[in-house]
Amino acid sequence: MAKKRDGLEVGPVTGPDLWEERGISRRDFLKFCTAMTAALALPASFVPRIAAALESDNRPSVIWLEFQGCTGDSEAFLRAANPTVAEIVLDVLSVDYHETIMAAAGHQAEDARLQTMKARNGKYIAVVEGGIPLKDGGVYCCVGGKAAVDIVREVCGGALATIAVGTCASYGGIPAAAPNPTGAVGVKEAVPNATVINLPGCPLNTDNLVATIVYFITFGKLPVVDGKGRPLFAYGKRIHDNCERRPHFDAGQYVEQWGDEAHRKGYCLYKMGCKGPETFHNCSIQRYNERTSWPVGAGHGCAGCSEPYFWDSMTPFYRRLPNVPGFGIETTADKIGLGVAAATAAAFAAHGVVSAFRHDDESAGKKEE
Amino acid sequence: MAKIVVDPITRIEGHLRIQAEVNGGSIKDAWSSSTMFRGIEKILRGRDPRDAWFFTQRFCGVCTTVHSIASIRAVENALGIKVPLNAELIRNLIIGVQAVQDHVIHFYHLHALDWVDITSGLKADPAKTAALAASLSDWPLNSPTYFKGVQERLAAFVAKGRLGPFGNAYWGHPAYRLPPEANLMATAHYLEALDWQREIIKIHAILGSKNPHPQTFLVGGMAIPVDPNSQNALNVDKIAEIGELLKKAKTFVEKVYIPDLLAVASFYKEWAGIGGGVGNYLCCGEYPADNSGKPERLWLPQGIILNRDLSRVYPLDQRKVTESVAHSWYEGGAKGVHPWDEQTEAKYTGPKPPYDLLDTDQKYSWVKSPRYDGIPLETGPLATVLVAYAAGHPGAKGAVDMVLQKLGVGPEALFSTLGRTAARGIETLLVARELPNWLNQLVANIGGGDLTIHNNERWDPATWPREAAGYGWHNAPRGSLGHWIRIREQQIENYQAVVPSTWNASPRDERGQRGPYEAALLGTPIADPAKPLEILRTIHSFDPCLACAVHVVDPAGGELVRVQVL
Repeated sequence: MAKKRDGLEVGPVTGPDLWEERGISRRDFLKFCTAMTAALALPASFVPRIAAALESDNRPSVIWLEFQGCTGDSEAFLRAANPTVAEIVLDVLSVDYHETIMAAAGHQAEDARLQTMKARNGKYIAVVEGGIPLKDGGVYCCVGGKAAVDIVREVCGGALATIAVGTCASYGGIPAAAPNPTGAVGVKEAVPNATVINLPGCPLNTDNLVATIVYFITFGKLPVVDGKGRPLFAYGKRIHDNCERRPHFDAGQYVEQWGDEAHRKGYCLYKMGCKGPETFHNCSIQRYNERTSWPVGAGHGCAGCSEPYFWDSMTPFYRRLPNVPGFGIETTADKIGLGVAAATAAAFAAHGVVSAFRHDDESAGKKEE
Repeated sequence: MAKIVVDPITRIEGHLRIQAEVNGGSIKDAWSSSTMFRGIEKILRGRDPRDAWFFTQRFCGVCTTVHSIASIRAVENALGIKVPLNAELIRNLIIGVQAVQDHVIHFYHLHALDWVDITSGLKADPAKTAALAASLSDWPLNSPTYFKGVQERLAAFVAKGRLGPFGNAYWGHPAYRLPPEANLMATAHYLEALDWQREIIKIHAILGSKNPHPQTFLVGGMAIPVDPNSQNALNVDKIAEIGELLKKAKTFVEKVYIPDLLAVASFYKEWAGIGGGVGNYLCCGEYPADNSGKPERLWLPQGIILNRDLSRVYPLDQRKVTESVAHSWYEGGAKGVHPWDEQTEAKYTGPKPPYDLLDTDQKYSWVKSPRYDGIPLETGPLATVLVAYAAGHPGAKGAVDMVLQKLGVGPEALFSTLGRTAARGIETLLVARELPNWLNQLVANIGGGDLTIHNNERWDPATWPREAAGYGWHNAPRGSLGHWIRIREQQIENYQAVVPSTWNASPRDERGQRGPYEAALLGTPIADPAKPLEILRTIHSFDPCLACAVHVVDPAGGELVRVQVL
């Protein structure tokens, strides 16, 4: 029997054979459940619960809208984890509208959206990619002759929840960078009454999108978020806190020039402009493309792309952060927002290595010698 | 005459809209419009030129590496920076994998459904499908059991009544020609290609940290260190992994993509006479063979072909590029301006949304009209292949002749919708075969002790001249693009990008000359104005990279067929 959880119909659970009918082995399915449990930072005892929730045959409807985006988030979605997971993603969801992949075009495409909104009113998930221009009546982005702002209000207004994927949909992103020529904003600002989860990143890490949806299906509610609307399971800690190069930061071993010996040895990229110390995201753990790599892992600093307005606040990208806020792993984005300056001053005073190179930038890089 | 509006045109990147007039079963005129603007060129002003690639990469998340390369080349050109060979080879690998992966995605996921009716595959005999597939290639998955499994999976999906992304399409349209067996084969490969693309793009993650939006580009080189004796650099392990993925990429292209392309094309040969367009082609060339920066050292040659004349390739001169805003929503005079001197000041004069139709006598697009020496040019795989073919590139010559021979058509068939789609396959094949050579060169160079990945001489902005100007070309999957930059006092003073879809999707210019999409739609047959599948075929053959839409309009005020719900 179908059960209702927060308005979302879940079930009936049809048993383990279901996934095998879909061409997915039981083993691969459980691997996926385990990966999702890990992505959600839950203990392994949650694997059966996630498996049970996913075995329901009720695929939530998804309407995926794109506005002032670059389709990078859709492309990220197409790379979702390993092949098995992507198959599961296609089968877990019913993607009823997504301009980049849908077969229909023109009014048939629009009809698919309208039919879904009508048939599953209050039950579908809206996913939004790209910023929404508000200036001049929204003329800077129209689909089917309609302004983006009108479409997003209509679709998100009838959705159970909205997931803003990428930094553009979350906070306006690149079109909102100074001087914001089109008056671009994120979804929450365009539709203040909607329930919105932000998954910023440029593009988003698709593992976090899948995990958010799995969280939702499993627990029947949305994950807990920080003050910027980001789920804590993915944005609760800084890049810096889990960075594989953190020991080099602490040891005062820094890359001084692209391609120098320190760079080849994988030392800390802070002096090359890395924004990891001020960026809340799980890249350093989750990585990208089936955990193959991530920017700092491949030798380039973090750009801070999951932070609001990073195009203005984190640039120039190759100039190092003037103040590294705090050193404790307990810090959250909200706390940092409250008192960056005080925390920074205290931390620097307490940390001999960093204060040393603040006095003499050149000497710090040579400390390993 | 009938007016048709198709909006949105799906399975593209971005937002595009085309208006056209239909009479007697074919298109008499068409207008192309893009309906989205962000103003990134304006956002770039006053910023650090070394950051420009990071911003311009966000022009497009499908052309995910493309604008980084053009931007970095423009800054390096302005500042006179020579890039180390290792960095050039790593860039070649990134660019080449982008081309191969992106073209395969385009063929299967963005274009194939214009030719393949997946619902018809339900009626196929899996044994006959396997026989058909085996006649085309020795791909190991070509078995009756495999195709039966795909068919059953498809049937189960359809039986549930929720088709997701396959809902509401033009299934059953009379313009679909493939027998059920070919449809089932193509559907199976649609699913396989979805897995394949995710796998081979890991090369971008290894060399570039992630995909989309790799993050190891640098003005002056690359940020991925190379060191065979380090755990934290491009070492032997990672090179071996890249080698395996390249092998996998090449095998899929040779055994699945090319055979499918030829098989599907053989059912649609009339499309070798449809969708030709402007007949002038631009390719800026690509894949530096060394780090000399000389155009003649590019593996794929650069040049211009005019009036479909393959007997002559004209040299490319960036000074001849201009952009007109006569029919685009920007401030400025009608006459074209060179990108170094151009401004991008939005000035919308179209109807207030929601609207039914754009007034195409006035300004009607956010796309400008790039012109070369005053004429419209097409860019993309067809231009790349034609220029290489006409210039006598041995690989291109062989591959083009093979395709023409297999399809039983002459070179004139290339100037068409089918030719464009075939050229994409040819480019993919050439690049997939060449990629291992760049990896081998990189290995040889590293083995010789060269670990340099960045030229640091001009990294510090204090070393820059007070004023500088530069340009960078890049031949991307969708065609040639150029970025033009002016630097003043260490900051970006002006930045303009002229990209493939600007060339191809351009509206009319001040002389009324149509852009390539508009010209290519002329004469396209339309079997059912309410389901203009044929418009999608020609527009998708360009692989549009902007959010687009199509209208077919009757200037005499005839019937308006809404292919768009307003």
